[in-house]
Amino acid sequence: MAAPLVLVLVVAVTVRAALFRSSLAEFISERVEVVSPLSSWKRVVEGLSLLDLGVSPYSGAVFHETPLIIYLFHFLIDYAELVFMITDALTAIALYFAIQDFNKVVFKKQKLLLELDQYAPDVAELIRTPMEMRYIPLKVALFYLLNPYTILSCVAKSTCAINNTLIAFFILTTIKGSAFLSAIFLALATYQSLYPLTLFVPGLLYLLQTRHINPNSAAAVHTCENEEQSLLDLFLGVCHDVCGKPSGNHLPLLLPSQLLGFHPRSLWLYINVFFYTIPLAIKLKEHPIFFMFIQIAVIAIFKSYPTVGDVALYMAFFPVWNHLYRFLRNIFVLTCIIIVCSLLFPVLWHLWIYAGSANSNFFYAITLTFNVGQILLISDYFYAFLRREYYLTHGLYLTAKDGTEAMLVLK
Amino acid sequence: MGLLSDPVRRRALARLVLRLNAPLCVLSYVAGIAWFLALVFPPLTQRTYMSENAMGSTMVEEQFAGGDRARAFARDFAAHRKKSGALPVAWLERTMRSVGLEVYTQSFSRKLPFPDETHERYMVSGTNVYGILRAPRAASTESLVLTVPCGSDSTNSQAVGLLLALAAHFRGQIYWAKDIVFLVTEHDLLGTEAWLEAYHDVNVTGMQSSPLQGRAGAIQAAVALELSSDVVTSLDVAVEGLNGQLPNLDLLNLFQTFCQKGGLLCTLQGKLQPEDWTSLDGPLQGLQTLLLMVLRQASGRPHGSHGLFLRYRVEALTLRGINSFRQYKYDLVAVGKALEGMFRKLNHLLERLHQSFFLYLLPGLSRFVSIGLYMPAVGFLLLVLGLKALELWMQLHEAGMGLEEPGGAPGPSVPLPPSQGVGLASLVAPLLISQAMGLALYVLPVLGQHVATQHFPVAEAEAVVLTLLAIYAAGLALPHNTHRVVSAQAPDRGWMALKLVALIYLALQLGCIALTNFSLGFLLATTMVPTAALAKPHGPRTLYAALLVLTSPAATLLGSLFLWRELQEAPLSLAEGWQLFLAALAQGVLEHHTYGALLFPLLSLGLYPCWLLFWNVLFWK
Repeated sequence: MAAPLVLVLVVAVTVRAALFRSSLAEFISERVEVVSPLSSWKRVVEGLSLLDLGVSPYSGAVFHETPLIIYLFHFLIDYAELVFMITDALTAIALYFAIQDFNKVVFKKQKLLLELDQYAPDVAELIRTPMEMRYIPLKVALFYLLNPYTILSCVAKSTCAINNTLIAFFILTTIKGSAFLSAIFLALATYQSLYPLTLFVPGLLYLLQTRHINPNSAAAVHTCENEEQSLLDLFLGVCHDVCGKPSGNHLPLLLPSQLLGFHPRSLWLYINVFFYTIPLAIKLKEHPIFFMFIQIAVIAIFKSYPTVGDVALYMAFFPVWNHLYRFLRNIFVLTCIIIVCSLLFPVLWHLWIYAGSANSNFFYAITLTFNVGQILLISDYFYAFLRREYYLTHGLYLTAKDGTEAMLVLK
Repeated sequence: MGLLSDPVRRRALARLVLRLNAPLCVLSYVAGIAWFLALVFPPLTQRTYMSENAMGSTMVEEQFAGGDRARAFARDFAAHRKKSGALPVAWLERTMRSVGLEVYTQSFSRKLPFPDETHERYMVSGTNVYGILRAPRAASTESLVLTVPCGSDSTNSQAVGLLLALAAHFRGQIYWAKDIVFLVTEHDLLGTEAWLEAYHDVNVTGMQSSPLQGRAGAIQAAVALELSSDVVTSLDVAVEGLNGQLPNLDLLNLFQTFCQKGGLLCTLQGKLQPEDWTSLDGPLQGLQTLLLMVLRQASGRPHGSHGLFLRYRVEALTLRGINSFRQYKYDLVAVGKALEGMFRKLNHLLERLHQSFFLYLLPGLSRFVSIGLYMPAVGFLLLVLGLKALELWMQLHEAGMGLEEPGGAPGPSVPLPPSQGVGLASLVAPLLISQAMGLALYVLPVLGQHVATQHFPVAEAEAVVLTLLAIYAAGLALPHNTHRVVSAQAPDRGWMALKLVALIYLALQLGCIALTNFSLGFLLATTMVPTAALAKPHGPRTLYAALLVLTSPAATLLGSLFLWRELQEAPLSLAEGWQLFLAALAQGVLEHHTYGALLFPLLSLGLYPCWLLFWNVLFWK
């Protein structure tokens, strides 16, 4: 299975290298969909030159990266393209192994439940087989590496790619069951953009559950929780003290960005990300990885200054939920909406900024449509997941009392 | 979202889309065309009005009286030009300085990608001369431009004369609050492009030029002037710029105001303005003008040197003096007065022109159609593609995934899990091959011209055009073979999936094009949509193939040329039409390379591959 992965990696690196050398690179790195003031490479360079001049990069209002990023690129500035290609490759590899392990866990759990006779009798076609699950990890890597959004993000050298890598490693270490490492990666990701903090809940749920299934380490539950929490605190605290800047988000909210962060009236949406964590945790407490997927998507939709790089991360998970395909209702319409919006971004931006013939409302309308499309897509997945779970326990062919086909109502 | 989540209503909607698909498509297409034709009738066309407050009233007294001076300048210019064979730079410099301008020159050179046979040029080098009249009442932060493009033939000397006479007159006035740049460019649009790039300190087309020594602040508006005789019978105004960009409608309103004030006869697209919009004649004449405008805008060419200013967000238009066999003739004083009035009004501007419309269609000078009213026409046309795509999706979905709602008839729903994988894999080859054909069409003609001239007895320009046509035709033969690679597991699913992708691809492209250049989007939608919706490998295949060829992008271009000349009341013979078509191809490629016009890459990289997909659907085995 390693050979196809290597092939995908080679193709992905070739595409990126070709784009880096082409004249498109500069154009892409200026696109508002791809870079935001928080993740723009231009600003990293600005911060580095300020640092070289002996001025604090934070003295102006331009640089919003974390100190760790600036120290990282202080040494690697000449190899920036290489660094971004490697981070993308690392993300894909981490996701590949994470999903490989996750599939094993899923299969084991399904087998256990089958043996315990928890499923309804007529759900044979819903049962997942090793055959169909075999290529899922590869598809995940493929979806991440060859997604146009990821490629754009990488070619623009958006630091969002680094955050994605950290989150991918957090997922990998969580699935591998290493509480210590997962805490470190989560802390690093949170340190960079704050929102991954919400991933703490699904991560914790997953770790607790894997230990729970393993009876001999039941005692470790408590320690695990404490360990993770204290590590997170410690790390954030250390970063705060040492670097004097907790995370990159202390931006005066004045700059126009794209997607939802753009409109001043949508300010309340910035904290929206955190509203969903607790309800989702209650509803999906049995399925922490699906919870994690939904939460990553929610972050990508509702964070301030979102870019397509964030979208790419949750899109990589789509192959994992392939078995939900038959329950998705509007996948065609929603895919079309997302593709149409992605193409209309540059067109309307051109009309607004260069041609001067349209105005900002055109662009704002399309960002809003894009987000509505994403929200509907995620809720479609959420609903499909719940439906499948329901059918698994209650049987696929439900009939109402009068013998007609039953209708499920989500309440 | 009840409609999307309630299964009962969903099913009703799906049934409606499936069962009434063909009538709905026809209805939608007819509605689109009818809407477009209805645009010329009064409820949809509105009377133009001046929105910009600063230019509102026409209380300007024009004092220009330098007709003799203009004629003298023009004679001198023509004489010097004939003597030197090129733009008489030294004479122009001297004269501009003598009327009191700050004079600079800019030299530029450009090697065209292949010889331009229409204008007979290949290695171009020339000099632009411009003089700045510094505003006595303000710092040099804003400016206006009056430009005269001079081609290789000495037709525009009267315009140079009028420009110099106006400069002399303006110099004596004290009310200027914006600098005025008087620009004479050599090699018409090439010179203008070189000057504009140097003025804004960018290089987008690979032009080599010397940097500008003097600037005059941000350009607010520009007027290009083309005159070829001492007297004119009418002034024709051109608005369509590069890639179909249009100037703010207020600039046109301003021109029209002064034409009315001075009693000048003005035309749009060479057509007189209908007086009476209430009867049928007015709108019909308006429709002719509107169609001409659509064709010109769709071509994406800069129709006059104003077209290049628009890219830099400078509102600009071109005025052309026409001397036909009419009785009433105006001399240069009348034209000069109109220009003086326009410049004085523009001088009043407090901010850039932005109040009025940027996206409009003109059935006449005093009538316009705004974007909100013409967009539904193309919307209806694109709806056809959407309906067809939805129908195909539902057919594919039902065949493949069986039960949309579990239940119904428990049993017959035999799932076909691998079908989707096969469907997607079989699409990769046709998509890649047609896209590669598009890329070849874009790259090879210019790249391979030298190889072609070595092996065939043709000149470079011919080689480019013929290679274009050859690759275009080769594309029709090539993709037949693509689907043999793919195992035909489910025979119908293959072409349906391909058609679905092609429909979405086409709808996306046409939508994006219609947003930036309505005319082009509408023109292509009218021709491509019906055959795209019809294409399928069953039924009368030869008929479909003929239809598809007739509506391919190149055939659309050829058809547009005939329509264009028909509307201008100068019909083409077949041979002439073919010659014009070849010239238009060469011009299209050249304009992409010299000015950055987007029509050629759009057609070759976007619409041609998409059209090939439909061709592929038609010959799917």
